[in-house]
Amino acid sequence: MLSYAIRRILLTIPTLIAVAVLVFFVLRVVPGDIVEIKLTAEGGMVSEEEIMREKERLGLNDPIMVQFYKYMIGLPQGDLGISLWTENNVSAEIAARIGLSFELAVLSTVLAVLIAFPLGTLSALFRGSILDYVIRLLTIGGIAVPSFWLGMLIIMMLLATVGQLPPLGTVGLFEDPLTNLYQLIWPALSVGYRYSSVTARMLRSSILEVLSEDYIRTARAKGVFERIVIIKHGMRNALLPTVTVIGLEFAFLLGGLVVTESVFNLNGIGKLFVDSVVRNDLNLLQGLVLTVATGFVIINLLVDLLYAALDPRIRYQK
Amino acid sequence: MSNIDDKDVLLDVKNLNVEFKLKNGTVRAVDNISFQVGKGEFLAIVGESGCGKSVTALSLMRLLPRIADISADHIKFDGVDISKVPESEMRKLRGRRISMIFQEPMTSLNPVLTIGDQLTEPLLTHLEMSEKEANARAIELLGMVGIPEPEKRLTQYPHQFSGGMRQRVMIAIGLACEPDLIIADEPTTALDVTIQAQILELLKDISSRLGVAVIMITHNLGVVAAYADRVNVMYAARIVEQGDANQIFEKPSHPYTIGLLRSVPRMDKPRGGRLATIDGLPPNLMSPPVGCRFKPRCPLAGDACDNVPVLETQHGKEDHLAACFFTDKASKDGSTIYLAETSTHSSAEIDKDNPLLVVDGLEQYFSVSFRSGWLSNTSGTVKAVDGVSFEVYPGQTVGLVGESGCGKTSVGRAILHLNQATGGKMQFNDVDLNSNSVALVRQDMQVIFQDPFSSLNPRMTIGQILEEPLKVHNIVTDSQEREEKISDLLLKVGLYPYMRERYPHELSGGQRQRVGIARALSMEPKLIICDEPVSALDVSVQAQIINLLEDLQRELGIAYLFIAHDLAVVKHISHKVIVMYLGKIMEFGEGDDLYSNPRHPYTRALMDAAPIPDPQIERNREKIVLKGELPSPLNPPKGCVFSSRCNFVTDACRAEMPQLQECGNEHQAACIKLDELENA
Repeated sequence: MLSYAIRRILLTIPTLIAVAVLVFFVLRVVPGDIVEIKLTAEGGMVSEEEIMREKERLGLNDPIMVQFYKYMIGLPQGDLGISLWTENNVSAEIAARIGLSFELAVLSTVLAVLIAFPLGTLSALFRGSILDYVIRLLTIGGIAVPSFWLGMLIIMMLLATVGQLPPLGTVGLFEDPLTNLYQLIWPALSVGYRYSSVTARMLRSSILEVLSEDYIRTARAKGVFERIVIIKHGMRNALLPTVTVIGLEFAFLLGGLVVTESVFNLNGIGKLFVDSVVRNDLNLLQGLVLTVATGFVIINLLVDLLYAALDPRIRYQK
Repeated sequence: MSNIDDKDVLLDVKNLNVEFKLKNGTVRAVDNISFQVGKGEFLAIVGESGCGKSVTALSLMRLLPRIADISADHIKFDGVDISKVPESEMRKLRGRRISMIFQEPMTSLNPVLTIGDQLTEPLLTHLEMSEKEANARAIELLGMVGIPEPEKRLTQYPHQFSGGMRQRVMIAIGLACEPDLIIADEPTTALDVTIQAQILELLKDISSRLGVAVIMITHNLGVVAAYADRVNVMYAARIVEQGDANQIFEKPSHPYTIGLLRSVPRMDKPRGGRLATIDGLPPNLMSPPVGCRFKPRCPLAGDACDNVPVLETQHGKEDHLAACFFTDKASKDGSTIYLAETSTHSSAEIDKDNPLLVVDGLEQYFSVSFRSGWLSNTSGTVKAVDGVSFEVYPGQTVGLVGESGCGKTSVGRAILHLNQATGGKMQFNDVDLNSNSVALVRQDMQVIFQDPFSSLNPRMTIGQILEEPLKVHNIVTDSQEREEKISDLLLKVGLYPYMRERYPHELSGGQRQRVGIARALSMEPKLIICDEPVSALDVSVQAQIINLLEDLQRELGIAYLFIAHDLAVVKHISHKVIVMYLGKIMEFGEGDDLYSNPRHPYTRALMDAAPIPDPQIERNREKIVLKGELPSPLNPPKGCVFSSRCNFVTDACRAEMPQLQECGNEHQAACIKLDELENA
C-alpha cells in the first residue's frame, strides 16, 4: 500500500511540469495585450512610447524563452510572478480567494454526498417502483438544469420567502460559522444539485450491477442478513465507480464555480478567473490554471489512493 | 415413488413449479417435478443447458430473482415444509443446514473482502461464535479442504487464489456450519480436468465422512457415473428419468437418456464410427411442444406422445422411473434407436511422403514485465510453446490436448501467424512459413474458433459473413455465383440457404458454430485449425458438430489440427494425439495406442482424472489423482517441467528436461523412467 502511494505521488510530478509548460505557451498564442487594455482603461490617448515603457517595466519585452525560463525557475519556489494588472504577487492574489472557493466546493460535495447516497441506494433497492421513478426524475432534472439558473431561482425564492438575501461581504468560516454557512449554503445547493444527481445515478447503476454479481448470491446463500448483504458485500464494491465520479466532479467544481460565484457575487477564484481573462492578465491566468490543474491532479491522486484502500486487487498489483 | 425409507428422507420435493413472468410471456423453467434426497446421499441432476436444473437448485434455496414464481405441493426438508416458511426462517436455513457451491469460483467470492472474513461470516451469523472461535474454526476448515498454510491464507483476498483454490474455499464456506445438504451447481465446469478430479474427490470424501447429502448439478455424465448414488435426468423443465445411478447407466429407459449417453465420445472404447446424435435442438420453453417435450427429437415418437407421459417404474425396480410411452422399446433397442451409420473415419492411406504441415522446434516466448519493487520492473519470459515439433498429413486429424495454460492455443496461433513465433521453422505445403509467405497460403489454412458467440460479427448477416472471404480472396467474382456458393456452403454444414438473411444472434450456439465451419470451408482449405470448436456446446449438439467435421474430412480430404481439453473428444476425432504440458510435448502417438497404453505419467494422470460415463468402470478404476496445480509458467520447475506434480519424481528428473523417445510404433514420450513405469 505504501509503495503504491509513493509511486502514485511521484508520478504526479511529471504531469504537473507538463501542465506548466503547456499553459505558458498556449496562453501566449492568444492575441491581446494587457498593457493597452490597462493604459486605455480610463480612456484617453496613450502614446506608443508609454506602452513600450510599460511593457519594458513588466518584462514583457524579453524574448519568450527568457520569460519562460524565469517562470519555470520561479515555480518550484512557489513564485508565480506578479499580476500584470494589480502588480501584487499572483500567489497572494490566489491565496486570498481560494479559501472561499475551496470551502464552497467542499460544502457542495458534502451536500451532494449526503443527498446522493440515500437517493441512489433507495432508487437501486426499489428498482421499478414509484420511488425509483421519482428519484430518477429528480436526478435527471439535476443534470439538465444549469446551476446558475438554479442559483437565480434560489435568490428569488429567498427574496419571496425570507424577504432578504444573505449578507453581502463574506464572513470567514472561523469568524462566524453560522453566518458563513448561511451565506454559502445557497450557492453550494445550486451547484450540489447537479453534483448529487450525477453521483446518485452512478451509485444507482453500480449498486444494481453489483447486486447481480455472483458473490452477492454467495452471500445470500450463506444466510447473511439482507442488510449486511447490501452494506458489506454490495456497497463497498459499488463505491468504486462512485468515488471516481465524486472525485472528477469535485475537481470540475474548482474550475467550474465561475458562473455560480458571479451569480451570488462571491469573491472566489471563479470571479478572479473571469477578471483575469477579461484583462488579459497572462501571469494571473497561468497561475490560476496551474492551481486548478494541481487541484485536479491532487484529487485524482486521492481517488486513486481511496480506490486502492477499497479494492485489494489494486493494492497488491505487482 | 422411490425406495428411500421415510425416516431417512432429508429432502422431499413434491410437484415443484417455477415460472418466470417476462414481458413477452411466461416461461415455466421447472415443470411439476418431484424428487427425494436421502440423508448422506449423493444425487445428481443432469441435463443440457436450459433444462431447468440450476433453477431447481436455486428455487430450493429461494435464491431466484423476484420475477420468479415458485410453487410446490411441498418441499419438506427434514420434515419441515420449507416452501411455506417465511423468508426470515429460510435465511436461518441457508448456509446453516443447506449450503450451496456455485459454478464460477472466479466470481463467487467477494473481491474486496478477505477469505477469512467470508469464511467466518456464516459462523458468526448462524452459530454466534466469537471472532476468535470463528477464526480457529476457519483455519480448521481451510486445512480440511486442503489449503496449505491456512493461517496465512485467512488474511488474503480471493484474487490471490487460483480457480481450484477458490473452489476449495467455497466448499469450506459451504461446510462451515456442518450442514445436512450441500447443493453444488456445476462446481467443476470452469476448472481443468485434474483440478476437477481433486475437487470432486474432496467433495465426495467430505460428504461421506460427515454424512452430508449432496445435490450435484452437472451436464457431465462422467461425473455422474463416478460419484452419484441417484440421478434425475431433466429435459425441457421436466424430469424424464429418475432413479438409482447404476440402474440408469446400465438400463437407460428414456430415449433422451439413451441419446445423451450415446452421443458422448468415450475414452475407454476404441475409436469407432460416428457418434449417435439427437437431431434438432431443445425446445423454447416459451412455447414448448404439446405432450412429451422430447417428441420432436425422438426417434420413437408416435401418436401417444401427444399426451404428457408420467414417470413410471421400469424393469420392475421401484427405484427406476422414466416418463415415456415407449420405454420397453427404448430399453430393448437402446443401441439402435439412434441411427449411427457404421461408416467410419477416413481410412484412406495417409501419404507419409508429403506432409501438409511441418512444425519444427516451434518456440513462442512472451516477455512480460511486472513490478517487483517501488519503481523497478522485473521482466521475465513465458515460454508458452517451447520446442514443439510435429507433422500433419493431408486428410489427417492431429489432436492437441492439455490443460489450460499448456500452450496448445499458442501453437495454433503461431501456425496461423496470428502471433509471430519467436523460434523454430514451419512449412506448409512445401512453403516455408514466415510473415511474408503466410499470405500465399492463408486460403489453404483456415481456423474455427471456440466461442461461436463472439467470433461472428453481430452486425453482419450470415450471408455477408460468408460472402466476405469469397470477395476478399477473389475466389468467386460473380455475385450470382457467390449467392449459389453460399447456399452450397450452408447446405454442406447442415443449415438452410434461407438462413443467410439471419443475424448471428438469431441462431443457436450449434448453428453458429456451423456458420464458423462454413466460413472456414468457403476457402476450400487443406488444413483447418480447430481451437476448442465444441467446448461451448451441449453434449447432443457437440456430437452433431463432431460428426459434421468428420463427414467433411471424408468428403473433402481436409486435415485438422484439433485443439481441445476434452480427452474423449480428442480421442474420438484424432488419428494422432499430442499431449502438451507447460509448452512442451509430453507424449505423442496414434490415438488408440496412446489411450490404451499411455506411457507418460502426465498422460496417465490426465486420463485418470477424466471420468468415464459408466459407473461400473468408473468406480473400479484405480486412479492417480494429480497433486497441486499447474506451476507458474514464469518460473517453471527445473529439469522436467512436470516434475513438480509427478508421482514418480526422483532427483534425476530435476536435472534436465527429458527428450522425446520412442516407446512403440510411432509413439513417443518425454520421460526418463519409461521402462521402469512400464513394468510397474
